[in-house]
Amino acid sequence: MSVVVVGNGMAGARFAVELRAREPRRPLVVFGAEPGRAYNRILLSNLLAGKADEQDLLLPEPQGAFDLRTGVEVVAVDPVAKTVVASDGSRTRFDVLVLATGSRAVVPPIEGLWKDRSIDSLVDGAETFRTLADCRRILAAAERARRAVVVGGGLLGIEAARGLAKRGLEVEVVHARSHLMERQIDVEASRILVETLAGLGVRVRLDAVTSEVVGTRRVEGIRLEDGTEIPADLLVIACGVRPNPDLAAAAGLTVNRGIVVDDEMRTSDPDIFAIGDCAEHRGTVYGLVAPAWEQARVAAEVISGVQGARYEGSRLVTRLKAPGVELATMGDPSLVGDATDSRTEVVTFADPARRTYQKVMIRDRRLVAAILLGDVPMVGALTQIFDRQVPVPSDPRRLLFGHSMTGDRNEAAVDAMPAAMTLCRCNGVTAGAIARAWLAGARTAQEVAARTHASTGCGSCRDLIEGYLDALAADPNPAEEPVTEGVVA
Amino acid sequence: MSGVATHCPYCALQCGMTLREVAQARTNGAVRASVTTPDTSTRPDRSRLGPSVEIQPRPSGSNRGGLCRKGWTAAELLTTPDRLTTPLIRSRRTDSLQPTTWDAALSFVATRLRTLQSEHGRDAVAVLGGGGLTNEKAYALGKFARVVLRTKNIDYNGRFCMSSAAAAGIKAFGLDRGLPFPLSDIADADAILLVGANVAETMPPFGQYLTAQRERGGALVVVDPRATETARQARLHLQVTPGTDLALALGLLHIVIMEGYVDQAYVARRTTGFDAIRPTVASYWPERVERITGVSVAQQREAVRLLAEADRALILTARGAEQHAKGVDTVSAFINLALALGLPGTPGRGYGCLTGQGNGQGGREHGQKADQLPGYRMIDDPAARAHVAAVWRVDPATIPGKGPSAYELMDSLGAPDGPKALLVFGTNPVVSAPAAGRVEGRLRSLDLLVVSDLVLSETAALADVVLPTAQWAEEDGTMTNLEGRVIRRRRLRMPPQDVRTDLEILAGLAARLGAPGAISADPEATFAELARASAGGAADYGGISYSRLDAEDGIFWPCPTPRHPGTPRMFLDRFATPDGRARFVPVEFRPVVEDVDADYPVYLTTGRMLAHYQSGAQTRRIKALAEAAPQAYVELHPDLAEQYGIGEGDLVRVTSRRGTVTAPARLTETIRTDTVFLPFHWGGRGRANSLTNPALDPTSRMPEFKVCAVRLERVVADPAAGTRHEELEVTA
Repeated sequence: MSVVVVGNGMAGARFAVELRAREPRRPLVVFGAEPGRAYNRILLSNLLAGKADEQDLLLPEPQGAFDLRTGVEVVAVDPVAKTVVASDGSRTRFDVLVLATGSRAVVPPIEGLWKDRSIDSLVDGAETFRTLADCRRILAAAERARRAVVVGGGLLGIEAARGLAKRGLEVEVVHARSHLMERQIDVEASRILVETLAGLGVRVRLDAVTSEVVGTRRVEGIRLEDGTEIPADLLVIACGVRPNPDLAAAAGLTVNRGIVVDDEMRTSDPDIFAIGDCAEHRGTVYGLVAPAWEQARVAAEVISGVQGARYEGSRLVTRLKAPGVELATMGDPSLVGDATDSRTEVVTFADPARRTYQKVMIRDRRLVAAILLGDVPMVGALTQIFDRQVPVPSDPRRLLFGHSMTGDRNEAAVDAMPAAMTLCRCNGVTAGAIARAWLAGARTAQEVAARTHASTGCGSCRDLIEGYLDALAADPNPAEEPVTEGVVA
Repeated sequence: MSGVATHCPYCALQCGMTLREVAQARTNGAVRASVTTPDTSTRPDRSRLGPSVEIQPRPSGSNRGGLCRKGWTAAELLTTPDRLTTPLIRSRRTDSLQPTTWDAALSFVATRLRTLQSEHGRDAVAVLGGGGLTNEKAYALGKFARVVLRTKNIDYNGRFCMSSAAAAGIKAFGLDRGLPFPLSDIADADAILLVGANVAETMPPFGQYLTAQRERGGALVVVDPRATETARQARLHLQVTPGTDLALALGLLHIVIMEGYVDQAYVARRTTGFDAIRPTVASYWPERVERITGVSVAQQREAVRLLAEADRALILTARGAEQHAKGVDTVSAFINLALALGLPGTPGRGYGCLTGQGNGQGGREHGQKADQLPGYRMIDDPAARAHVAAVWRVDPATIPGKGPSAYELMDSLGAPDGPKALLVFGTNPVVSAPAAGRVEGRLRSLDLLVVSDLVLSETAALADVVLPTAQWAEEDGTMTNLEGRVIRRRRLRMPPQDVRTDLEILAGLAARLGAPGAISADPEATFAELARASAGGAADYGGISYSRLDAEDGIFWPCPTPRHPGTPRMFLDRFATPDGRARFVPVEFRPVVEDVDADYPVYLTTGRMLAHYQSGAQTRRIKALAEAAPQAYVELHPDLAEQYGIGEGDLVRVTSRRGTVTAPARLTETIRTDTVFLPFHWGGRGRANSLTNPALDPTSRMPEFKVCAVRLERVVADPAAGTRHEELEVTA
């Protein structure tokens, strides 16, 4: 029962590892259109920023020997003959086929952007930002460039801009919409994000539709619809991605936006599975790594015969990966705009001066959407509350601010300590017990220790006790309550 | 009277103390033993146990003169009114235990053991030891099992403590010594990452080193699901989701690599396998780790910055990270982090594990472990068997092979192919084993249960024969503290009449089982034999003797010869691997064995309190400690309590797939909102281990104590049913 995987990206490579972890000897062929080993696309922005080298991006390989064919594109699938035809002319039989063909960069119709449309070739100095090869070209160009323009103010565009700024380029993000990341965040968050990016050397121009690339043989800048020209010697196109279901469509499988799959990740042909960016599950194409890996696991379980393995959809969390910008968004993007339905409670906290913005949307005491920008210590906890859909506290402010972990430490003034207050935890000695020792003649911390054992454990209360003894010297009965009990513990 | 210099009976810090007998409890003066000792007038039989004993702290090695309240009050147990002072026996389970003579008790046990072994084979008898036993007792117990009983079935409660860190240490360094450096390094560290340790409760005088470290300007980073007293002293607290420390370690290493913090020269010179782990680590970018662990990206980065920019950094793990079904991999991941930063085997830096039980270190070295022989030798190694057999003067072929681990052993008791008899020394599994209700059932199904204990512990209460044993102040021996420092325990006075030491018990049984002389009742002679048996092994005590220990302030093993100074710092030149290099071990995160779901929506984690030690059999009998912490409680966050209508002090029923605990609620914002905490020092209805999951680590066989899924209910007070706080198990 041989398994053939088309695609060696985040989903395909993960599937191969998951399958072999369960079935170490199952015959396995993996086709990768890109040359080289599978790499972690998530970390490309680190490569761009100079924080990682290519070695750091390598993904784990599946256990045991397998047939990895890189730099070979699958050009056709024959579901009847159960074969795939590759660009090298080879035909490979499969019993089970897994399509992980991913997505490709969207390139908007900008005048002068194409060198040769028929071979998908952009003019010199213009690059998409999707693959390792793209990233290498951008890096090569960045060596000589001074000014970069990134077209597209979504997650990818902002990560690319941040990476290039880190390399010392002047960077401007040009975004056609009125606010950044419009599918994930609202206008207010975008406003603060623009400020944050400015502080990191990334300028943002909104409502700016790029109409033309300026330059004779290579990029010299762009022209906007309103005629404004922006000079640039590097142009990065980051206008999102679109699923890549062409192989499946040509093979007659059901395709909508992506390749339609059921809860077992099967396409309309039960021997053919689809996972990752190319797959459409219950009407959703995710385009995120967490769902892709979950789908890869479920497909591997189904194929290796695990009973009841099902994928029931993922909860949507996006996290901007740009050092210096903390942004997390959760939930249904359409909700995170103007919530008009009365069932939804919206709580917002904005602190533009500290570049912090938090918005949570609660329905039926569940967190349904959130935007968290800036210094939000609660981000991890909120993500888990969202993932698990556990009830939120009745006072939603606790969701935004959590609570002070240090609030209940002993902080009473030394001259107003309640008798029952414990000063030495290691030996359970209260202020009352120390006051009694004082009355019995103990004047130094050492003398108190001899009578009460206070400060003989970790010793961290010694300053506190000395302060208290000073207060006792000033007023022999400073405890708030009469010192009657307070037995030495 | 000058007093006797010994060490505290409890935790692995083994604080130095001086013991003196006092004729009468004083009413004033320097020592307040009188305050903490029950009124003698109501306890008429105390005098036969001897005069009261006063304790003074004594600076020795690890404690810098500190003592916590457990140490100060330890002597009270010597004269506890319900101390066992005569052997107890019953011929039928339905009978009550009756006093008997030593000869009758030991002869009964020996006869029953012989009968059961002749009917069911040698492995029909099992032995369970403890990490609180002296080195001599641990050694004698292992020898007794292998030479006298010739059973493979011996393991100890340290399986529930140290086994994960031990296995990971051996994988990486070729050898396991909890701290491969002295405690003083902690005070001198510029940054410390403390994972799953609450030393402020578990070994308070350890805090002196952290206080000194903080006062020097050092940074402390604590990883814990609770803002414990220790976490609140930290510069940075990572409030991790229970069971996700492994993902956190992988994430921190990911950042170390991406930020260029890897100590390349060290990795090249002193390690192997770094390139092999990189692809795994690449998959744990901070944002993914944040979602798994709940620790924000910013905090992960800050933790890495503090560690990587420190000149002297230490990474320490303890039970919070280790007591999981992936405990070994979790420790391996933190060791990988330490190796990438160039810490282990470098003076002032390193990785270490904080041992818990008093002799948790020595207890794992001298052959009471299912797979080991003395000197940390492996039982399936022919050379090790030959060496030990020569010391024992037996044929190597007669030494049994590897037995099952503690939980597996207990779970097989009384089963058709399982052991029919169990001898228990220094442990109380009815309170401390995972899925304790199930274990209790297995113990009840035995044909013969023999328990040696100081008091009628929950386990002893089930026994057919109970053997009263001496306490720490009544015996000589050695302990090996958390630093790997071998120290002397010294006798203040003889045990009460009709109380014997464990060595005497084992020697008496050996004589009745046809092996007279196989076990010595003399600690010093036993130690000398232990030293010979360990010689040449990983934990080499060959050069250590009582006379040297009396002259020096402890000796760090390995110490192969009488002139060898001992080894405070290990691995400075090479690791104990064949090529001398430390090994990176590739590990992947995996989720907790029992994750929360609709039926059991809350995580349970368990742990310790300052006032109590282990199963509480000792500390619950000490008045001041019992008053400070009289009963179990359920710690939970107000936000979680709100969902169930639970208020402070309300009785809460906590239920897992294995059992139920009922205890009052204690509300605090210091715990995560998805987790409840139970201290594990009680039996009965407050027994935390009724709930815990016995899923085992594939390598160390460590149970998943630290996380399982539970549901909560508020117990509605019903006067007719008599549900009142007072009914909860308060003491034994």
